[in-house]
Formats: sequence, structure tokens, C-alpha cells
Amino acid sequence: MKKTGAQILCESLVREGVEVIFGFPGGAVLPLYDTFPQYPKLRHILVRHEQGAAHAADGYARATGKAGVCLATSGPGATNLVTGIANACLDSSPVVAITGQVARPFIGKDAFQEIDITGITLPITKHNYLVLDASDIAKVVKEAFYIAQTGRPGPVLIDIPRDVFQQEETFAYPEKVNLPGYKPTFFGHPAQIKKAAETISAAERPVIIAGRGVIISKAFVELKELAEKAQIPVITTLLGIGCFPETHVLSFGWLGMHGMAYANKAVYNSDLIVAIGMRFDDRATGVVSSFAPQARVVHIDIDPAEIGKNVRVDVPIVGDVKNVLEALNQQIVPREHLDWFNQVDKWRDEHPALVIRESEALLPQYVIRQIYEVTKGDAIVVTGVGQNQMWSAQFFFYDKPNSLISSGGLGTMGFELPGAIGAKVGRPDETVWCIAGDGGFQMTVQELATIVQESVAVKIAIINNGFLGMVRQWQQLFYERRYVGTPLSGPDFIKIAEAYGIPALRVADKKLVVSAIEKAMDHEGPFLLDFVVEPEENVFPIVPPGAALVEAMEMPSPEKVTRSSK
Amino acid sequence: MAKTKHTLVALVEDRPGVLNRVSSLFRRRNFNIESIAVGHTEQPNLSRMTIVVDGDDAKVEQVRKQLDKVIDVVKIVDITHEESVARELALVKVKATASTRSEIIQIVDIFRANIVDVSSDSVMVEVTGDEDKVSSLVDLLRGFGIREIARTGRIALTRGGAGPLQVEEPREIRAPKQPPKALPPEAESPPDW
Repeated sequence: MKKTGAQILCESLVREGVEVIFGFPGGAVLPLYDTFPQYPKLRHILVRHEQGAAHAADGYARATGKAGVCLATSGPGATNLVTGIANACLDSSPVVAITGQVARPFIGKDAFQEIDITGITLPITKHNYLVLDASDIAKVVKEAFYIAQTGRPGPVLIDIPRDVFQQEETFAYPEKVNLPGYKPTFFGHPAQIKKAAETISAAERPVIIAGRGVIISKAFVELKELAEKAQIPVITTLLGIGCFPETHVLSFGWLGMHGMAYANKAVYNSDLIVAIGMRFDDRATGVVSSFAPQARVVHIDIDPAEIGKNVRVDVPIVGDVKNVLEALNQQIVPREHLDWFNQVDKWRDEHPALVIRESEALLPQYVIRQIYEVTKGDAIVVTGVGQNQMWSAQFFFYDKPNSLISSGGLGTMGFELPGAIGAKVGRPDETVWCIAGDGGFQMTVQELATIVQESVAVKIAIINNGFLGMVRQWQQLFYERRYVGTPLSGPDFIKIAEAYGIPALRVADKKLVVSAIEKAMDHEGPFLLDFVVEPEENVFPIVPPGAALVEAMEMPSPEKVTRSSK
Repeated sequence: MAKTKHTLVALVEDRPGVLNRVSSLFRRRNFNIESIAVGHTEQPNLSRMTIVVDGDDAKVEQVRKQLDKVIDVVKIVDITHEESVARELALVKVKATASTRSEIIQIVDIFRANIVDVSSDSVMVEVTGDEDKVSSLVDLLRGFGIREIARTGRIALTRGGAGPLQVEEPREIRAPKQPPKALPPEAESPPDW
């Protein structure tokens, strides 16, 4: 029996195990929407803006490890997905984006709502397709999910013209994909693994830098085994947070621009970096020439293009992190590095980076630490970018993988709210906290309606300082305190929440923080807390742009703060 | 690191948009393509691209790796440091008068090039060879007055039996695509205003 293109697409999505689609309808995808009632297994979640759909699919993908699916119509629907797709691309998140396109005879005619979305998304997708015949849909979907979820994950876009949705074809779902140009390397080269084991055994001052690759390949046990066996301190990247329990004795925090000063110092002084599933991003390395001058580098990554891209590598291993670590652990000789540990511990004592300073005022760091205390760390925290993101990373302790979901590579304001929706939909049994700044929150505030319509019980904490905080901090530190374009007025967030039907509380008093968080936790549905915090609080440490990792500025003493404010 | 002219050769799936995927990646990574030549290969559904770029080894290697990630790129290698034969083709239209025509023909003969068209006031020269040879001939002809030049980019094959781009397994040969089905009537004709 023949099926329409829309039916073939739905059948294929069901075969891929898709349960949720975040989308927004429109003319070009109407035939598909008209087909959804035939496929009750596919839950469609209506967002209020397509960017929300892409971020929600991304959040869903990161929380579950499965591909997230978003859907938009042609033209503006498709272009509204772009930021979300780019966000997924830079953070290696498996997102499959489906867009409608004008009917085939109108392609290339600048028809109503026509846009070349495959052209637009070329640099921000792992691959994309324009499907010109319904008989190709099943094969394309199979390939798209395979490409999105294997190797280094990433977004794949499928653009389908309106009349292809209506075209009738026989449905047969392919069992295998045949992509001669796509053959990820899953197992590391044995000789390289042997060399890595020898290099690790010979090191006196080794560090492990673990990134999101560890989370993606679910190599937590293997990472822990390596660290414990070879006694190596584990430092993570921002996106790697949670891949190694932060309460473990070998955990040495995270590195980079706002990482712990002692972690940066340890990396700088190390003689060996074992880089695992991370990509030496400039926010992590600071100035590359003075990153870790004495260190040899063992780099394990599934993407060969990451190896040697930013930092010179001595022992490259291309492969899936889990497989490589499994093989490596068999060859690792147990050892100790007592002197090195004493040294690193000493630095840790000298640089108490994560102290919440004494203050009568409500400090954002305090708010986040209390969310940690009340939830006992048993929550998924979703953030956008900026000060709220850095404090969320610093003052919450993450012992489980995928417990911090954050926009790293692209640094997207507005990711937090829809990202949290995706995470909660994907893992409904977990407590999900969206920690937003008042700036980022206003970028996707309309998704509060999605939360209500779909009963998504996310808890929202706005760290409201009346500024675009991180930019203001840069203006204070590097632009002689000229606050141009950063003072930010917001609406009454309590009234906004109530208008959407979400209970909310404003907290400006330190003494009320805990009870407010408890109230939000006790409430079954979504809840919003507007924390009015100290407006000019800064994130420390901070490595100034263009400086070396070891040149971090740490929290100044109170006198210094007063001086600089004159 | 010193800049060298690199020759990259790629086997790519013969699909619309592939050239764009490859060339836009160079632009994105801040690389200038000196020349790019594309043509069919001995294998069905596969095209071969020969790309010449200027850059240091590490940077070109990074671009090669990025290109390797393009799903439609089946294989890509840098043959700069391999024994290979490289050729370019140029068509040059030169002003020619009764007095200069024989001199031009002499030069063309020395270069083992061909005259492929003659008119009362011009000749068209076809030359193949490595870049230097083509350039030298063009320089010599410049003295007579050049009307038009069309030059292909470099194409190259490595010497010896097996090529670096040999695909290991025989490839599945796809059935030729059926002509598209009749479109639904609604889409066929634009709205009648």
C-alpha cells in the first residue's frame, strides 16, 4: 500500500524511536501536521517560537542522549531554527531538524516563504538534505539519525517540499545505511594506545582534562578507573562538568576563563595532559602559546579534526572515548604521584576560588549554593550563557553526568528556558532547574506558555541583577566601567509568570532564599523565583581575554572593590 | 612555517551542492582556493576534485581533516609530497596579423601546443602542461596581444599502479533515477490572478 510523504516521514520517525517533536506549524508543513493524529506515538509539543523548538530538542538530546527532533515550516520558520541548530552544532548535540519547503515547482522562484535553508545551515549542521522525492524520505531519515547520533554527534537538517509530503510512494524502511564518505573510527589504534599507556606511566605531573566527549560516549566508569589507577587529578571542561563526580577526591574542578585558578595552575605546570573528549577551546586554554608549556599531550577524540587543531599533540588517539579508555586501562600501570598531589593541593588551599563572600546583600552565588543544598544536588541544572552560567557551574556540585546542561560553544542567551523544557520532557522524573539571567530569560520568555500548555514542571530561578551581567563585568574590568548598553530593565517577572499561569515569588532577602526554593520544590508544577541580587557582583576568577591561564584575576578584597569603583 | 602550494584531491559523491559544501568550507576556514577542477571518475556516482591551495602544512592538514568530515566527501588526500603528474589546459586567443602569424605558429610548435582556430586577425592556441609551461607560453604570447584566456585549474594523478584515492570495496551502483512523478494538480500551475 502506498503512503504519503508525510506518512512515510512519521513512520520513519517512529522507527527511529522518536517520542517527542518540538515544533511550530505553517503552510509548508501542513500536510505533515494533518498526518500527526494518525501517529499518536509522536507527541508534538507546540513552542511559541521556533528557536525554542531547536533549543528544546537540544536540551532533550543532552538530557537523554537520544536525538532531539524539532520541526518548522519553510522560510521564517526555518530561519528561526538557525540559532538553535548552531548551538547544537558547537556543543555536538544530536538534533534532527525537519523543515518544510515550498512545493517543488516553486523552488528557486522566491516564492512566498521560500528560503534556501540547506544553504543557510550548511556551516552549522553535520549534514543536511533537501528531499526532492518522497521515495527518498525513509532513507534520508535513517541516514540523518545515524549521522546525528554516531561519531561526534551533531545536528542534521531535512528540508522537505510541501508537495513531497503529499506525494504517494511505497514505504520500506532501510535496515542499513550506506554512506561511503562517513565512517567514524570507533576503536583506537592499538599502537597509539600502547604509546599512551607508556607516556602516562612515565609522567610525574599528569592531569586529565575531560570534556563532553566522556558524557557523550558514557565513559564515566572508564574515566574513573583510569584516574584512580594512575592517580591523576581530573579537571573537566565547562561542558565536561558531571563526567567525573565533583565530590571525588581526584576531582580538581574545571579549567578555563572562569575555571578554578588551581586547576589552571595544575594544567600550566603539568608534564602530561591526558585530554579526553575535549577540544581545546580558546575559553578553556587561554593564550595557547602559554597554555601548558612543559606538557606532553595525549589526546583522545572521535573527531580526527580536533586533534592538533589548537594544541600540539604528542600521542593522538582517534576513537570512541569509552572504547579507547577500556583498552587503555588494561595497560595502565598503577602508580602514585604524591609530590604532585601535595603541590596541587597546596595550590587549591592558596586559591579558594569558590568562597561566597560575607555579605548582607543577596548574592547570586549564595542563591545557587542554596539550590544545591535544598535539592541535595539531585537536579538537572540548565543555563544559558553569562554570569548565571558561570555561577551555576561554580557553586553547584555535579556528581552525575548530564546534570549541568549549558550553552558552551555558541554561548546562547535564551537557551536556558527552552533547553530546560527539553530536559524535563526527556527526563520527567528528574528535578529540572532553569537558572537564567534577567537578560537571557527575556530572550525566550514566551516559552512560559509552552510550559503551561504542556505541563512541563520546570523550576525557574532568575538571577536578576538588572544588567547584562557578564558584559557589564567586562565593561567594568576592561572598558573602564563604561556601562554602555548593559543596564537592563525588565518587566515584573512575577506578574509575567502569573499572566502565563505560573506561580512565582520574588526574593530580595537572603533569609528568604531557602524557604522560597523549598516552596518551589514542594509545588508540583512549574514555579518561578525572581532573585533580585547584588547588581554589580562579578564572576571570579576570570582570565582576562588574551591572557594566559595562570594570569587569572581572583576575587579582590573588599578594599580593592571600593578602589576600583571610584 | 613556510607556505607551500598544496594539491588536494578528493573523491566526492556526485550530487548537487557538493562543490558548494567543499568550497564554502575553504571560505569558512579562511583559506583561499587557487584553483579547483571537478570531473567524473572511473567510478559511477563519484566525482574527483583537484584543489590547489596555498598554506602551511599544519593549516592545510586541518582543512583536509575538516573536508574529510563532509559526508559527501568519500576520500581526500594531500598529494603535494607524492610523485605525481599535474596538468593544466589553457585556451589563448592571440592577435595575429599576416606578419606575426608564422612567428606565433613557431612558438606554439616549440611548446607542442596546437592552433585550434584561426581568423583574419587572431589565432586560438590550445596548450596543456604543468602550470609553468602554460604560464611561459602565455607570457610569450602576451607580446602579440592577448584577446582572451581561459585556463582550467590543475588536475593531477599520482604515479605508479594504485592511486591514493582507490576506494576499497566495490561501490553499489544505483539504478538510474525515475523521472519525477506528475505533480499534484494544485502545484502545477501558479495561481490564476
